[in-house]
Amino acid sequence: MKLPLQFRHNGRDVALFVDGGTNLLTALREQLGDMTPKFGCEQGGCGACTVLIDGAAHLSCLTLAAAVEGRAVETLESLKDGPRLHPLQQAFMDRFAAQCGYCTPGMLMAAKALIDRNPTPSRAEVVEAISGNICRCTGYEAIIDAVLDAAQKPRARA
Amino acid sequence: MLELRKEYFADERDDNLNEIGKGTQRQDMLGHVTGASTYFNDHQLQGMLHLKVLRSAHSHARIRRIDHSEAERSPGVRRIIRGQDVPRNLNTLLSLINFGLDDEPTLAVDKVRYKGEPIVAVVADSPREAYEALAKIRVDYEPLPVVFDVEEALKTGAPVVNETYPKNAFIYHERYDHQKLRFGDVERGFAEADHVIEHRYQMSPIEHAPTETNGSIAAPDTNGRYIVYTSTQALFFSLDTCAKILDVPSNTFHFIGGTVGGGFGGKVDTLTEPLSILGAMLTGRPVRYVFGREEEMQYGPPRGAERIYLKDGVTRDGRIVARKARAYFDGGAYTRLSSYAVVKCAAHLPGPYTIPNVYGDIYCVFTNRTPATAMRGFGVTAMDFAIECQMDRLAELVGMDPMEFRILNAYRDGDMKAHRRETKGAALVECVQVAAEKAKWPIRDEFRRMSSRQGGGRRMEATPAPPPRPSYELTRPSHEPAPAPAPAPAAHGATRFSSVFGTRRR
Repeated sequence: MKLPLQFRHNGRDVALFVDGGTNLLTALREQLGDMTPKFGCEQGGCGACTVLIDGAAHLSCLTLAAAVEGRAVETLESLKDGPRLHPLQQAFMDRFAAQCGYCTPGMLMAAKALIDRNPTPSRAEVVEAISGNICRCTGYEAIIDAVLDAAQKPRARA
Repeated sequence: MLELRKEYFADERDDNLNEIGKGTQRQDMLGHVTGASTYFNDHQLQGMLHLKVLRSAHSHARIRRIDHSEAERSPGVRRIIRGQDVPRNLNTLLSLINFGLDDEPTLAVDKVRYKGEPIVAVVADSPREAYEALAKIRVDYEPLPVVFDVEEALKTGAPVVNETYPKNAFIYHERYDHQKLRFGDVERGFAEADHVIEHRYQMSPIEHAPTETNGSIAAPDTNGRYIVYTSTQALFFSLDTCAKILDVPSNTFHFIGGTVGGGFGGKVDTLTEPLSILGAMLTGRPVRYVFGREEEMQYGPPRGAERIYLKDGVTRDGRIVARKARAYFDGGAYTRLSSYAVVKCAAHLPGPYTIPNVYGDIYCVFTNRTPATAMRGFGVTAMDFAIECQMDRLAELVGMDPMEFRILNAYRDGDMKAHRRETKGAALVECVQVAAEKAKWPIRDEFRRMSSRQGGGRRMEATPAPPPRPSYELTRPSHEPAPAPAPAPAAHGATRFSSVFGTRRR
């Protein structure tokens, strides 16, 4: 049985039908064509699928699509403002905070949830915020530095 | 940022450098931070089907019967694929460079040799329907004795893992069951030493755990060709492997890849492409075959575990006079790239040190474990770990500082290496000096002043010339002439790798 579902996806209202067991990751990728959340484990272990639901970081693989009815979902697709990069994106570039890039979408969304809530996080708070996101290439130091850099810069947009 | 130490080798260096020492942005970084980088799995194709495989529940078993009749009738199933559907259901990866025998099926037919070996593939409308069909397949196994230990596997009477290599060891050049290195006289070296130590080092298999799992999507293209999006780290290697297994010319395929979500060596084995392409050939539809995390962790090939025995002799004044290594590389049930790891391991002996007497026997062993594959310096890293542990122990034994001990024994320009090549361009002395400085580890002036360019030219007193006909032929009686070399196969374009393996001995 398909369920009707409406939610806000990156500032745009969307309506679709999903199977009751479909997770948000699959709905975003396969029904809405938003490929920015990544499939890494589908069991809540890696954080590559991290998205924001009403501003808080969630694992889209462990979230039933039906659970976001009426809520606002943000993915990496919405992070930049037109051609202008979000300070987090710029800081990740400047700090070489990505290698293969596969964990980057989830990492950026986890970091955004943090600095939206806490504009001046400590290093420990950054570490805590990305503790559910696994990076297998670069190590975490460059990523932590990048998030701290971005947090110190004025927001590109509110 | 990168620091250039200009005081070293200044006369060899051109300082007019445009790039080295300066930061350069990666060309793919903008794509990574905006999420625009396209990985294989980011392609959504109209009418795409999903392939999943049934994996062996046993580490070693004969397959008596496979019943997939119920699975065939399962909702959403488009096609069941068995071993007999694979045009050439036996391959070894390095056959592309004429190295090793075909020893691994794409889908097991009569026997499984490791837990998780693929047996049957199901192509269905959705991943869920594919999984539901897999659950309806019945395999009747006859479990066989297993062997998981490299030394047990080499004993007479051990279960034969892979019939292609009945002694459970990879056979080099149709004759040799291991790689051998002989230099000087190791026993005389031990006799001359003041201390001799021997230790055993056992590595574990290591999973690469890339964030993106292995996978591929194959789709019918125009003109009877297939387009293949893949996570592979070895695009053309995979393309040629698929051409061989599917018995078609390699221009049948258009492989697209290069954006890989972490590999570290775990994505060179062409694990998914042959089946996703075969699925597309048999259904006429795009087919996706992607590993789940459990598959990746349990059945994706790991770094092979090695067991290493190292015996070293050292004099009171800190000179290593003999090093003897015996090592076993656990290749798991199939060769993949482990034969090459062993070549590298032997080539790495005795580490970057000048030792007058060196002896090495390195085996590539088959066991009922998951086949091993490449991973970051495989064959070398484990041996290095053992050697460097041993170096610390030797330094302690003779009461020397471990850094100074390494500088003392480091090879110098002009030294004869155990492989009978003269050392050139050595820089280990300088590396240790800088490492000591960075770690604020005090070393004496005498050692700080040493150089890779001084004190070289050390030769072995009495290295016997290698015998014209090696005496270690174990697999073929010496009176039997070796078979003529097979004619070189039509170029797969990989011959440049042959230098890695040396020329074939005849």
